[in-house]
Amino acid sequence: MSKQLNRKLYIAVGIGGMIGAVSRYGISSAFSYFENFPIGTLAANLLGCFILSFLLQHQSIKEKLSPEFLTGLTTGVIGAFTTYSTFALETIQLWQQNAVLSILYVGLSMFGGLLSCYVGFKLANKRQDMK
Amino acid sequence: MNIILVALGGFFGSILRFYISQITGKRLIGTWIANISGSLLLAFIYYLHVNGQITASIWALLGVGFCGAYTTFSTFGNETLELIFDKKYKIAFLYVFTTLSVSFILVSIVRYITY
Repeated sequence: MSKQLNRKLYIAVGIGGMIGAVSRYGISSAFSYFENFPIGTLAANLLGCFILSFLLQHQSIKEKLSPEFLTGLTTGVIGAFTTYSTFALETIQLWQQNAVLSILYVGLSMFGGLLSCYVGFKLANKRQDMK
Repeated sequence: MNIILVALGGFFGSILRFYISQITGKRLIGTWIANISGSLLLAFIYYLHVNGQITASIWALLGVGFCGAYTTFSTFGNETLELIFDKKYKIAFLYVFTTLSVSFILVSIVRYITY
């Protein structure tokens, strides 16, 4: 890979990351009135899982987009929109208040995340089969 | 103002995660390292913020922006699903189990020592 392309990829990821982080901030602010359960992070993570798996599996979308745009969208926007560190911190905070809710949060995030990825993956295949 | 700081943190957090994935050859260990180290860093920043040693602006920049974007849940999920599709169940289990347990233990330790 040429150095030029590499630098472009990094900038694309950075710009995508700005958009993703601000969107996540917006979602978590919108859901902030649910103080007892971190529904904002959960919503961002599940939605992001679906979109990422869909994009990565959809060959014709991947072929149409430039490498910079695709990497900026997947690694940048979706990568920054979803977050692991906040999930880990919220799990431990929740554990101090209500252990059952904490386990529920981890369960919903993990199974919901895998299910969202699976639905995204299947939907991308299905759309391509119809063509 | 906070939005700009979140965006700035997101810019550098994403680039660092991408850099780690490039030097590790896009293997699982790249996501693992980013998610574990990012969780540890976020825990420190959060408890410094709660203790009043870090302002809300720094929290927006480093906590929400940088750590939030440096770590990722979607790639973690997608990688796990790919392992399941490849019938690498043992690796999938180990990947999820070690990510969860190591990050939870580290965050708990930080919480314990900073309180």
